[in-house]
Amino acid sequence: MSARPHRWLLGGRHYSSAASLALAAPFLVLAFVTFLLPLGSLLHESLFLPTPTLAHYERAVTAPVYLRVMLRTLRIAAIVTVLALLLAWPLALVMARSTGLKLAILVASVLLPLWTSVLVRTYAWMVLLQKNGVINQMLMASGLVDEPLKLLYTETAVVIAMSHVLLPFMVLPIYSALRGIPDDYSRAAQMLGASEWATFREVIFPLSLPGVTSGCLMVFLLALGFFVTPALIGGPQQMMIATLVSQQVREMLDWSFAGALVGVMLAFVLLLALIFKRAVRLDRFVGSA
Amino acid sequence: MSAPRRAGSPRHAGRAMLGATAYAVTIFLLLPTLVIAPMSVGPERYLRFPPNGFSLRWYAEYFADSDWVNATLFSLEAGVIATLAATVIGTMLALALVRGRLPGKGLIELLVIGPVIVPHIALAVAMFLVFEQLRLTGTLLGFAMAHTILALPFVVFTVLAALYRFDADLERAAVSCGASPLRTFRHVTLPLIAPGVVSAALFAFIISFDEAVVSFFISNLDRKTLPRKMFEDIDYNISPTLAAVATMLTLLTVAALVGSHLVRSRLDARTRSAEP
Repeated sequence: MSARPHRWLLGGRHYSSAASLALAAPFLVLAFVTFLLPLGSLLHESLFLPTPTLAHYERAVTAPVYLRVMLRTLRIAAIVTVLALLLAWPLALVMARSTGLKLAILVASVLLPLWTSVLVRTYAWMVLLQKNGVINQMLMASGLVDEPLKLLYTETAVVIAMSHVLLPFMVLPIYSALRGIPDDYSRAAQMLGASEWATFREVIFPLSLPGVTSGCLMVFLLALGFFVTPALIGGPQQMMIATLVSQQVREMLDWSFAGALVGVMLAFVLLLALIFKRAVRLDRFVGSA
Repeated sequence: MSAPRRAGSPRHAGRAMLGATAYAVTIFLLLPTLVIAPMSVGPERYLRFPPNGFSLRWYAEYFADSDWVNATLFSLEAGVIATLAATVIGTMLALALVRGRLPGKGLIELLVIGPVIVPHIALAVAMFLVFEQLRLTGTLLGFAMAHTILALPFVVFTVLAALYRFDADLERAAVSCGASPLRTFRHVTLPLIAPGVVSAALFAFIISFDEAVVSFFISNLDRKTLPRKMFEDIDYNISPTLAAVATMLTLLTVAALVGSHLVRSRLDARTRSAEP
């Protein structure tokens, strides 16, 4: 029997610093080339071309035409977040109270859209919302409207489709928070004389709030930078900041201004992520499948 | 002690309403994707629901169009490479994060989650800028690299979860019996986390295969992925061929999810049996 364990295994931490760094090295190299260097170069373009200047940033946050796009983006992201919360909470609660096949069906109905291509879901909404699409056909058949409504290329369409795409990001954190509440808590509350509604209000709802924060943050952050859905469903009239960035790069070839827009976006996103550092938890999405 | 539950009581009504809302939301979640599949087998040029007939003509159209087929093959190539790279690199990093002494661990964790938090449009434009200078736009290597960094967070978190699930004493035992680090990894650690690694690889593949925003920027005219091709076509017309492509993509996702679920239940069974 070997008398002494290898040095690398002592104290719970198995690998030495050198071995750990070697294991992390491929990631660090890739992250540098595909993440840090590109974002750094883009921000550099926005600040130092042709000379050190803040002019691009000033233009991004003061010119009315761009300010309107930013405010629209913030408004749509906020509406989508609230709508997703209202839809997600009841579903998460029912999921948390379900078991067996019922739970499996509910979980599948959240995970299938989550992992289905955003393009596929956006395309589906375009088909549903177009002039002679399914929704207009149904509305006409039911006699609610006489002629097809203009649904596509409206803000309402953008909000509906974005809420649909982002809803799983709200459901999963709330479900995981609700699932973590022991049954004993509500039993205890009811034994002490609380009504079901009081139990819900005083016990269940407050304990679900970490999940709510996490979900709202994820949905809001993702909504701010959304590109595919607003670009295809909103059209030029409903331009959001991501489409503006794309337009600056592809049509105007104005890298400095696009960089400034990205800089503003990044500042906002990082600020929110740092404030709610503990709410940004990826394990809820990969762990739930 | 508690009053018998009666149909029609306020409590009952509240529960019924909650259940109804939840199921309505489920339908809202599933409907758009599920409506496309029946429409894709309609015989007409215009998408109709319900379809008035059955025809695989739009699927045939997809397979006959070299543009679609080439884009699919290119997506597959990039997806396979990105999956392999993300799985290997991500597993190594997860090991270093859990079992190692990593200087600047907090910063590295931030760097891992970065590609999820940073809006994809920002990453896409930034990568376009640098990849153009490195001559990586429109290349297999460029796509593989971009998709790898986007898939990595999901791999790292899945493998981390698998590593946390089993008892590190098993590794310690192997070592105290004289096994080298590499041998311990091959014969103890890897078999125990294998289902997690496979499941991580499936997630990586879905992410790469579905990625649209970065691909939109780093592709060129002759090298593009399937989502990029879809993006272009959606802009012009909502053709039934797209419905066929969308349906096939959805089926692929279902297959990957079911596969991941099966692998995961095996992981559960295995870690249970590994418990003392």
